Amino acid sequence: MRNEIPLEENLNSGHLACPGCGGSLSMRLALKALGRKTYLVLTACCWSIIDGPFPYSAVKIPLMHTAFETAGSAASGIRAALDILGKKDITVMAWAGDGGTFDIGIQALSGAAERNEDFIYSCYDNEAYMNTGIQRSSGTPWGAWTTTTPESKGEQKKKIMEIMAAHRIPYAATLSPAYPEDFIRKYKKAKSIKGTKFMHILSPCPPGWKTSSEQSMKLSRMAVESGVFPLYEIENGTKYTLNNPTADFKIKPINEYISMQGRFRHLNKEQIKFMQENVTSEWQRLLRKLKYA
Amino acid sequence: MKEVTTGNHAVSYGAMLSRAQVIAAYPITPQTQIVELLSNFCATGKLKAKFLKVESEHSVMAASIGASLAGARAFTATSGQGLALMHEMIHWAANGRLPIVMADVNRSMAPGWSIWTDQNDSLSQRDTGWIQLYCESSQEVTDSIIQGFKIAEKVYLPVMVILDAFVLSHTSEVIDLPDIKLVDKYLPPFKARDMMDMKNPRAFGGLVTPDFNFELKYKIQEAMNQTIPVAKWADREFKRILGRSYGIIEAYKCEKADTILVTSGTITSTSRYVINQLHAQGKKNVGILKIRMFRPFPAKEVVAVLSKAKKVAVIDRNIGYGVGGIFCQEVKAAFGNEKKHPEFFNFITGIGGRDVTPKDIQGIIDYTETHKKPKEDIIWVGLRK
Repeated sequence: MRNEIPLEENLNSGHLACPGCGGSLSMRLALKALGRKTYLVLTACCWSIIDGPFPYSAVKIPLMHTAFETAGSAASGIRAALDILGKKDITVMAWAGDGGTFDIGIQALSGAAERNEDFIYSCYDNEAYMNTGIQRSSGTPWGAWTTTTPESKGEQKKKIMEIMAAHRIPYAATLSPAYPEDFIRKYKKAKSIKGTKFMHILSPCPPGWKTSSEQSMKLSRMAVESGVFPLYEIENGTKYTLNNPTADFKIKPINEYISMQGRFRHLNKEQIKFMQENVTSEWQRLLRKLKYA
Repeated sequence: MKEVTTGNHAVSYGAMLSRAQVIAAYPITPQTQIVELLSNFCATGKLKAKFLKVESEHSVMAASIGASLAGARAFTATSGQGLALMHEMIHWAANGRLPIVMADVNRSMAPGWSIWTDQNDSLSQRDTGWIQLYCESSQEVTDSIIQGFKIAEKVYLPVMVILDAFVLSHTSEVIDLPDIKLVDKYLPPFKARDMMDMKNPRAFGGLVTPDFNFELKYKIQEAMNQTIPVAKWADREFKRILGRSYGIIEAYKCEKADTILVTSGTITSTSRYVINQLHAQGKKNVGILKIRMFRPFPAKEVVAVLSKAKKVAVIDRNIGYGVGGIFCQEVKAAFGNEKKHPEFFNFITGIGGRDVTPKDIQGIIDYTETHKKPKEDIIWVGLRK
């Protein structure tokens, strides 16, 4: 199979992302796939800063900044306006972090998904409130250090994909910037489907994960290979498809993925074992869903 | 066309005649009938609009902002708690310079739960940059929605059209429904000055450093300054094309008045009834100043009317806790740099939807006329102590 990455660039250089930011590469890839007939809705998140201060903007498409909890509702409003004005060919994409999606924005997102509003909702999940300086969110994994979990986060990461699947939206997918072909294919697919599309991107954050910036793509790949963040699609909330990097795919132990990140440095062997058990059981759960879909 | 309608349905007719294009809605008593009728208009094709049934008032305003920024004429309605939930986005709409029109049916804030009227919900939004018009009749409600879009789309500030819960929202009266062709003439289709546009892709509402933000806020004040002449123009145009006029304030029977009541909302109608009777009896020294536009506050116009009076009785259906009536504060502030001013009496009444009767108004007049100065900072009317 030949998958091409479009040459078209809709994200300018000179944006304000940190080195090694998974969020900026993800936006770059998403906009390559969607093209310029796209309106972007950004809620409060790192990207509010990354795009640049007034009067600058790093993207080559119209952009609406909006309040933290309003990605789902503001995008619904734009979609409604475009439809009534006869501009149905324009794609609307909401873009929010894990805080804006798992926590404060989940009501508006759930509302929009229930109404099956025709737009793409992208969550670039860096697993904490990174823009405010690394505070835990319900997207933060168990065991992670953040400034508000100074010892260790004691709760599991919210299963956002299951929540979205429960809305029976036409399309939901997990994406990793380390797999650009898969990434582009999924955005193109999302663009071609009417209704609410939910894109969950695991987005490494060197300052928040306490990793060095050149390791972001390696970490992204290891998250997929270890089953911490498997790549899959859910159609209509029930039909699961796994997008394994290889045909004989088996998940690798999480040890290396964990040991590369300062946010997990305090974990002892027992705790890492507990994490591994969780990852394995979630992976098996996913496999069962594939079987019964 | 004559129509018997409630204040709420008068709002819906106003939005329909204005050809609103996106209506985001969430139910709340006593506003719900507004969006119910609009939903019906959309379903039956009477109004070609997208009707968005969102999951909260916060989302109502966020969706309206998105719709307006993408170039559609956006309308919505809310009440009390709903307006309070919107508060963050109320600021956003004004700071984003979006010409959204919204009706607010005044509802007392909880706790305890109340669905009845007072003005603390809308007055809590007074410093957000929204234009506020307070209405006394269903006719004025319909006309103010239409005028609201005319003003909003000229100055690029959102407009809140305000009506009392139940006293106006659920009371039926005959109104003259304007011919939609005449409304079209008055209010042409919305063409946004700035909007999300592929041909000219820009970012709206992004990070703004201290280098620019001060000026952006200054421009809102400038737009507020323009609003007074623009609203007068919109009212004159309305008179020319649709035959009715309200003014931004109205001096009623003030020619020979040495005592003037300052009113807003339906208390104005009740006061008119009392004043008409007094004038019929030959007692012509009492008049009314109705404040229709509260934001921007038409200070010069208010002073011009009130400076002729010896005594001014401001009737507030609201309270700025720790200070007093909010209309009274604004009226007094308007006289701040005047050498002379009348004696101000601040009456607070009708809070939480308690009836304000002609007898109460007569009592206010009697108190004002029999006292050289008010005995208390706040004179409570109808309060059970």
